[in-house]
Amino acid sequence: MTYFVNITLLFLLVLTAASATFLVKELISSVIILGSYSFFLAIVWAWLGAVDVAFVEAVIGAGLATVLFLVTLFDTAPKDTRLRRPPPPLAGVIGLPLLGFLLLFVANDLPPFGDPASPAHVHISPVYLQQSYADTLTPNVVASVLMDYRAFDTLIETVVIFTAGIACALLLKESGS
Amino acid sequence: MKQMHDSFLVQSMSRLLIPLAQLFALYVLFFGQYGPGGGFVGGVIWAISMILTFLVFGLNSPQGRLVAKVLHGDGVGLIIFVGVGGLCLIAGGEFLNYANLEIPGLDAPARRYMGILLTQIGVAVDVAVTGISIVISLAYHDTEQEYDV
Repeated sequence: MTYFVNITLLFLLVLTAASATFLVKELISSVIILGSYSFFLAIVWAWLGAVDVAFVEAVIGAGLATVLFLVTLFDTAPKDTRLRRPPPPLAGVIGLPLLGFLLLFVANDLPPFGDPASPAHVHISPVYLQQSYADTLTPNVVASVLMDYRAFDTLIETVVIFTAGIACALLLKESGS
Repeated sequence: MKQMHDSFLVQSMSRLLIPLAQLFALYVLFFGQYGPGGGFVGGVIWAISMILTFLVFGLNSPQGRLVAKVLHGDGVGLIIFVGVGGLCLIAGGEFLNYANLEIPGLDAPARRYMGILLTQIGVAVDVAVTGISIVISLAYHDTEQEYDV
């Protein structure tokens, strides 16, 4: 029961931060609230048991992304960061709540949280959970899946990050000189 | 950002926090096989400590020059990752099949352990250098090269 209450509280915090991001007047405070939103989201991930995801969310979302946004904002003029909010289109006002209702309706058919018989838990997860320590001597199953069983995947992700860094350096250097 | 931050409090707190953050980054990197964490998170924490260094002390201070030198390591992490895969290939196995990593005196699970550790170091180096490089190019893109690397 306390588990349920805590999760509800954390989701409310996330909701509050998300709505405050849209209601606030200056872009800088909106960036700070976005960072706090990421932090609350990290706590939610940790409560749901996904500690690795929580770690990445806290470090990337609340740390690095906030720094990137702030450094970008330092280069802009005040007239660029003033927020104009045009009234939302009618299709969005009617359509989005309808879509949300539809999603909640469909969510009834999802397997319950932590159900061992759900399709995601009977396909290949048992193999990883039972054999990964004997195979790799690594107690953290996430690390052994990421770096050994799916090493090729991780290699391409690393290439993507490297390419992003190179592209950023090239684009920004061109506009400077 | 362009020169040293003038607040004594910010400077002394950064002197206290940056080594702690780097120590924690190394902990997360090397204990990622026993708990949550790993190369990606460890690399980002290391990058954030470096970014804090040059945001507080400026890129022309001794600490900032050290950060600017880190940019020469762009691509080293990727070379480490692909290099481990290539070593497996040379030793007669498949690409990135760590069981073929030729380290004398180790059986196959221990070799896989070493392979995971080495590739995680590669990912950490790659992510850290990329993060620092993006923030430096964002922060300094409007000025002519004021710092010499």
